[in-house]
Amino acid sequence: MTPAALLLALALLSVGAFWIGKTRSLAIVGGSRGVRNLHSLPTHYGFMTALWCALPALAVIGVWLVFQDAIILRLVTDHLPAGVKVLPANELSLVLNDVRNLVAGNIPAASVSEPVQAAAAEYARLRGISRMALTVLVLVMAVATILVVRSRIKPEVRARNRVEQVVEWLLIACSTIAVFTTIGIVASVAFEAFRFFSMISPLDFLFGTSWSPQMAIRADQVGSSGTFGAVPLFTGTLLISFIAMLIAVPIGLYSAIYLAEYAHPRFRTWAKPLLEVLAGVPTVVYGFFAALTIGPALRGWGESIGLNVASESALAAGLVMGIMIIPFVSSLADDMISAVPQALRDGAYALGATRSETIKQVVLRAALPGIVGGVLLAVSRAIGETMIVVMAAGLAANLTANPLEAVTTVTVQIVTLLVGDQEFDSPKTLAAFALGLVLFLVTLALNVLALHIVRKYREQYE
Amino acid sequence: MNSTNKPRKTPQESQAIVERSLRRRYWAERRFRAYGLAAVVAGMAFLVYLFFVIFSNGAGAFRQSQIKLNVFYDPAIIDPAGTRKPDDLVAADYAAVVRAALKARFPDVEGRAATRELTKLVSGSAAFDLQKSVVADPTLIGKSEERWLLASDPVDLLVKGRVDRALAEGERPLSDQQLGWVDKLKADGALALKFNTVFLTHGDSRDPEKAGIWGAVVGSFFTLVLTLLLSFPIGVAAAIYLEEFARRNRWTDLIEVNINNLAAVPSIVFGLLGLAVFIGFFGMPRSAPLVGALVLTLLTLPTIIIASRAALKAVPPSIREAALGMGASKIQTVTHHVLPLAMPGMLTGTIIGMARALGETAPLLMIGMVAFIVDIPAGLTDPATALPVQVFLWSDSPERGFVEKTSGAIIVLLAFLVVMNTTAVILRKRFERRW
Repeated sequence: MTPAALLLALALLSVGAFWIGKTRSLAIVGGSRGVRNLHSLPTHYGFMTALWCALPALAVIGVWLVFQDAIILRLVTDHLPAGVKVLPANELSLVLNDVRNLVAGNIPAASVSEPVQAAAAEYARLRGISRMALTVLVLVMAVATILVVRSRIKPEVRARNRVEQVVEWLLIACSTIAVFTTIGIVASVAFEAFRFFSMISPLDFLFGTSWSPQMAIRADQVGSSGTFGAVPLFTGTLLISFIAMLIAVPIGLYSAIYLAEYAHPRFRTWAKPLLEVLAGVPTVVYGFFAALTIGPALRGWGESIGLNVASESALAAGLVMGIMIIPFVSSLADDMISAVPQALRDGAYALGATRSETIKQVVLRAALPGIVGGVLLAVSRAIGETMIVVMAAGLAANLTANPLEAVTTVTVQIVTLLVGDQEFDSPKTLAAFALGLVLFLVTLALNVLALHIVRKYREQYE
Repeated sequence: MNSTNKPRKTPQESQAIVERSLRRRYWAERRFRAYGLAAVVAGMAFLVYLFFVIFSNGAGAFRQSQIKLNVFYDPAIIDPAGTRKPDDLVAADYAAVVRAALKARFPDVEGRAATRELTKLVSGSAAFDLQKSVVADPTLIGKSEERWLLASDPVDLLVKGRVDRALAEGERPLSDQQLGWVDKLKADGALALKFNTVFLTHGDSRDPEKAGIWGAVVGSFFTLVLTLLLSFPIGVAAAIYLEEFARRNRWTDLIEVNINNLAAVPSIVFGLLGLAVFIGFFGMPRSAPLVGALVLTLLTLPTIIIASRAALKAVPPSIREAALGMGASKIQTVTHHVLPLAMPGMLTGTIIGMARALGETAPLLMIGMVAFIVDIPAGLTDPATALPVQVFLWSDSPERGFVEKTSGAIIVLLAFLVVMNTTAVILRKRFERRW
């Protein structure tokens, strides 16, 4: 059976187990009239049986599937001819990939050599055996546990407590996934990054000013030095984020002020969601918009006043990114402004301040920490934004502060380095993970700082 | 001191000063207010302009030029041996059939170069369409029928007014001769814009007129369904634990901080995680909706957990106390009373999370869902792409016809998002309870 069919069978068995457990508990006490003699409700006995049937079997399936492929590949490798077995690890993995592709039917049998075909047949045979064994094991286990649990059902068995204990553990397990995700990100990205740093010095990476990740295949190749100085990427990222914030902060802040302090409630109820639509538009749409409309338009304007604007200028990407971030800034600022107690405003009005003076000198000052936190979150969003810059910013790693030139960013380089075919241990590929690590750490620091500030601020007025 | 030497101001003078400053202050007030309104209007103007650009570019993607030709299914070309074997029918030269039909339409065209120009009016996929109908119904051979055939991309652009006729001949995609033919066809009513079924039912293609979004829609569908199946139960369970069961201690604080931070981690980092762990470590297939769904699950979990916790928090404690007072266990309290009341809020949060996942592109690029895939994916492990990735792929294509297709795909994507978000809003409006 395929794993999917097996899971389906297991699900059906569990439903059966529920029914068996339920009827058994009722039968033991002599039908529904004796229910009060049971410690728990009949459904609890049903759930208990079903859980015992499903959980151990699921665990077995999980472990089996994780290790199955590695073990089979190992066995297949042992069967490969001696000439293939002594190949270096990366070439061997290519051969094994052929084997896998052949089995999956992705490539025709004629395109690979004889031993690979034999290995593929072996692979298919072993996988068949493995699936068969797993099916038998799981089904036997499930049925056996059902029978055992059924025979153990007695009126005094505390089925509800047991089921609830298991459910609580499941809830805990679900809530730890967030932690494991973080650990997974840090571990995987850091692991690959460390492999990168074992080839390229971290100092060269962090402080080098020349970025040219193409590795030379031939010694005399031009323009493929394979240098990994990431400073141009950092400056490019900061330049674009800065332009984006120049757009987003004033517009976002002013619209938040207007909506929170001036606007008629009716205007507010439709203007606010409409602004937030900007945040719901997928970033790939903004990227397309920037590349199709804004970039060429800026270039045209530049030409008409005698400026040389690159068609993939930092300005175009930054402008559009700024538009995307407006609702982000405005909704956070709106929250913060609304959280300022009315008493502060009333005090200012009582001293004769106008509304704008109250806002500028009292409300904004009171809300400042929160707004700063919100802006920091927006900066982190801008730094991590990918699609807009991939589509609208360039690939050339220029070290410049001129917004009219093309610059590249950390995220653009991650995408260019990793999209397409690549081998997993060249510095070029691993560099993407090093950049990812930097990106993760920087945004994490910004987020922690921002969330801390925002929380501090919220506590102040609660 | 200086100030004491000054003569005292008369009340009139003081009033004048106050009035002047008041005028200034009221003026500042109006200006400030105008800035605010301008900012709101600017934001909306961006939105309107964005939608205008997308819709004006993309509306044409749903209509397509077709050319009416009298097609003769010539047995001499399709099945010279007369075997009617399916293999022979598939292998026949249907492009020649199309060519013959075009030549019959314009009998005065002579010479190889002119013929080649003429055949360029019709899309290369027209031959496949003929092949399909002949294989499905071999009795067509030997008959002729009026058929609308797909026009080629340059003709399509011309009909939609995207080719400037005033340009020099070498700079436009169509020659003077071709323009003449097109005008003649148009005058005869044999060239018309029809509803573009290809765009909605086909997979990707290198030729703009044959490219469709159905493959990407199916890929997105598989990815999203699995994402939903994984992230909704896990997210709700995590929220229930954190809100209803967990005691406040270091461990739960850690989980909370983690969730809040994950919500703000750039999505591309999740893509790196997927590439390194799911593909690199567990050896899952590249480009598969399965991996895409796993990555998007991790990406949307924080959103769902945060929304679900807010929904649980909104259920008043008295409900729990009443249930506990009646002898319900904690789990019974939650599953029988709290959860049903919190469900609308949780569903709203989940739909919004799914909408975000649908628009997500960067992590899918990382796990290789960016390949050129013609076939419609049939399962979770088939190579597939997703709608936003299709937008990205097409926006990169040099052919001009893809600009329209890209905008068309964006319109479809936005339509899905609008449906999802409206559902969320309606759900909230209908089932929201104030206690």
